[in-house]
Amino acid sequence: MLATLNAPISENSLQVVYEYPESLSPVVTHYCPGCTHGIAHRLLAEALDELGLREKTILVAPVGCSVFAYQYFETDGCEAAHGRAPAMATGLKRVQPDKTVVTYQGDGDLVSIGAAEILHAAARGENITTIFINNAIYGMTGGQMAPTTLPGQKTTSSPFGRNTTMTGNPIRMSELLANMDGSAYIVRRSLHDVKNIRKAKKAIITALKVQMAGLGFSMVELLSSCPTNWSIQPEKALEWIEDNMVPYFPLGDYKVRDEVNGL
Amino acid sequence: MAKELLKGNVAIAEAALRAGLEAYFGYPITPQTELLEHLSKRMIQLNRVFLQAESEVASINMVYGAASAGVRTMTSSSSPGISLMQEGFSYIAASDVPCVVVDIMRGGPGLGNIQPSQGDYFQVTRSAGHGDYHPIVLAPASVQEAIDFTVLAFDLADKYRHLVMIAADGQIGQMMEPAELPPMRPIRTERPEWALTGAKGREKNIVTSLFMQPEEEEAFNQKIQARLKIIRKNEQRWYEYLTEDADLLVIGFGTAGRIAYSAVEAAREKGLKVGLLRPQTLWPFPEDRLSELADRIRGCLVVEMNAGQMIDDVRLAISGQVPVNFYGRMGGMIPMPDDILTAIEETLTRLYSAAGLPI
Ligand SMILES: Cc1ncc(C[n+]2csc(CCOP(=O)(O)OP(=O)(O)O)c2C)c(N)n1
Ligand code: SF4
Repeated sequence: MLATLNAPISENSLQVVYEYPESLSPVVTHYCPGCTHGIAHRLLAEALDELGLREKTILVAPVGCSVFAYQYFETDGCEAAHGRAPAMATGLKRVQPDKTVVTYQGDGDLVSIGAAEILHAAARGENITTIFINNAIYGMTGGQMAPTTLPGQKTTSSPFGRNTTMTGNPIRMSELLANMDGSAYIVRRSLHDVKNIRKAKKAIITALKVQMAGLGFSMVELLSSCPTNWSIQPEKALEWIEDNMVPYFPLGDYKVRDEVNGL
Repeated sequence: MAKELLKGNVAIAEAALRAGLEAYFGYPITPQTELLEHLSKRMIQLNRVFLQAESEVASINMVYGAASAGVRTMTSSSSPGISLMQEGFSYIAASDVPCVVVDIMRGGPGLGNIQPSQGDYFQVTRSAGHGDYHPIVLAPASVQEAIDFTVLAFDLADKYRHLVMIAADGQIGQMMEPAELPPMRPIRTERPEWALTGAKGREKNIVTSLFMQPEEEEAFNQKIQARLKIIRKNEQRWYEYLTEDADLLVIGFGTAGRIAYSAVEAAREKGLKVGLLRPQTLWPFPEDRLSELADRIRGCLVVEMNAGQMIDDVRLAISGQVPVNFYGRMGGMIPMPDDILTAIEETLTRLYSAAGLPI
């Protein structure tokens, strides 16, 4: 082992195994240390690169921590009103069906204020792809309860822990949208470890392929961390996803239309 | 092209597509629905985009998306739906993307009713959502004007990269009149250079309304204000009738202005010196012309189908030079020419007696 490490490195033996994706803008993001928004960005950028989609992609950013997502991708981009990304994406896609339109939305944006827009986009089989970041909290506004906040979870607006008698129960959006006939590909993945991150990337690639093939609505839900507002260390936050979020939001494929398997 | 008998809503829809409308998004609401229905057929026949959205919130945001792609796009609704669209208007205005919105106004507040009203004057002219800006607002008083203003609306929207609204009361939307449609224009093939079409062989384009630094946001606001100043200078439009020797100027827009026209004619038959100013743009309001006229009239009578909204703009333009009287009907009631004539006579009597003149 030591011998190999100490062996002189020849030019030819150098291999690029990790590069800055072309679709990712070379800028510093504003995300907190340890936040998995950054990982999700990288995965999406790599997927766009691998499918050669950068020059035909339009990214619709949400209102939430990823409000500046359009600054971080080397694609055309815009910033929708809170929850309206699927509607804005619908407008963009309908007038230029040959382009790739991607919405990137948090759980407050997608499950709460934008529930109607995402549900109808899925029902219509809108040929767009949604990257849905579920971090069980409102990150941007400082950690309030989200529709995905777990029962008993403390947030700044559920300081005694989420009381489901008063607030109702968390909404499992992938399961819900999978019920829409218009959705072609709906899966839930997680960003809490390398194995799952790899799976997440594969899913994003498939979702984009679904759009390229014109099969209908595709969404990849990503269980994501918010160490800042969960008030825990980044590594602990990853464990928290695995221990608490995964049991409530089971990972898996909720809708994979037959044609998707052939892609 | 020859005149045909056309319903206002259908005429606007047909004029829009002839003006090059590429994508329409809307939600049914009376008294606007025929507009949506007409486009649901014609847009599909022409292989263009028609989509019935899940709500007005969604339709205006779909318009925002299509406008960001640089195509001619439009939505239409009536008062309660326009209330719901306010968020989208504000984002659109803050993103410099052009689009057209038609408001076929009905009685309110609340669910109100489906009769004609002009109760949306404030919500369309003042800001249409949060923030400091005004849309351009065109107010037709006939089916022909509705057609002409629809074409104009698209041209103004593109020219200024601005939100343009057509504010017509339900009467204009529902009535049938002989009118002439414009010829069919070809769809634009070129997209503006700022449009979101994919960053192929160019820098990426961004459409956003977000300026986190207050300095940046102020600079953006100054840009909007500079544009509005030019619009205010160039785009004031109005119709004027018998103002030359008028002592009393009757001011009304849309259907109220049209009925006021009949009242002014009746007053003239009685030998009364009355003229009419009918604003065709509500923003920019024809303030320059009104302030000129204020130098030579004795007073004004504002007629509206609301509790008095445009009257604020009249007062601002007149700046206290002459008294301003008001006659209005609300809740979907339409003023009758005789009622306006009575208001004209009462106003004149008051003005003459205040000046010590014989009536
Ligand atoms: C109409 C409107 N309501 C409320 C807000 C305030 N707001 C901004 S972000 C946000 C929540 C975002 O949470 P989420 O979608 O979960 O994204 P995260 O920040 O966690 O990534 C809220 C409520 C807003 N900008 N607009
Ligand atoms: S607040 Fe939470 S979601 Fe937002 S950037 Fe920070 S860690 Fe990420």
